Amino acid sequence: MIPAYYYLALSAILFSMGALGVLIRRNAIIIFMSVELMLNAANLAFVAFARMHGTMSGQIFVFFVMAVAAAEVAVGLALIVAIFEAKQSIDIDQMNSMKG
Amino acid sequence: MSINLLLFFGLAIVAILSAAGMLFSRNAIYSALFLIINFSTIAVYYLILGAPFIALTQITVYAGAIMVLFLFVIMLLGAEQTGRTPASWWMQPLALGLGALLILEALYLIFTHLHTFPQPSEISSTFGNPVQVGEILFDKYILPFEVISLLLLAAMIGAIVLTKKKMKR
Repeated sequence: MIPAYYYLALSAILFSMGALGVLIRRNAIIIFMSVELMLNAANLAFVAFARMHGTMSGQIFVFFVMAVAAAEVAVGLALIVAIFEAKQSIDIDQMNSMKG
Repeated sequence: MSINLLLFFGLAIVAILSAAGMLFSRNAIYSALFLIINFSTIAVYYLILGAPFIALTQITVYAGAIMVLFLFVIMLLGAEQTGRTPASWWMQPLALGLGALLILEALYLIFTHLHTFPQPSEISSTFGNPVQVGEILFDKYILPFEVISLLLLAAMIGAIVLTKKKMKR
């Protein structure tokens, strides 16, 4: 059986790569995908701890995180489509005014 | 090296390389496809960790529904290649430095607190199967489950309102 900290290390690496993606990319869709990567890294840590403790609560929480991520993606992509129609671009450097 | 460890490291390499491919692809469609590989490897980890239901939910919801939505929006907008606006020269090195610092800090904290982590406990063969997930979900977590349905309804209405307003013009 693989010890818990292997999974936590992998989870930390994936989370940091997601954070790095938010920092270095300027395409709003890629930034959004990086956020999904961070959510997945957190889910991996949840499932690893659920396995180590032998309880189901961690897995149930992952289920809820997935539902929230699905809702977030639906609203976020709708926002991106709306911004693209207003600005003809999804480069975050162009999003510098509150009014579309 | 045992077969489990070999499997873990093989999958870890795939997961990290696909995440890196997602970060550094110029084309947004390639990024989305790399992310699907990443989600699939994480689903295999869920199977190893005794969570078959969550693993299949990961495949259908993340690698299936969410990524199809991403690909659909990328192709709808024709935004595969974004024009590279010149940013300040110090931004990317600073971001890379901060990201590396974050990884090092996290790994340092994990590997200096090894004794605080729980040891793997014995689990029954039914651990994580759909019957057990359903029993605990509709018993102990029934209220959060109902709240999630409200959240999904709000997201659905929000997505329709956000895109419809623009169509009227």
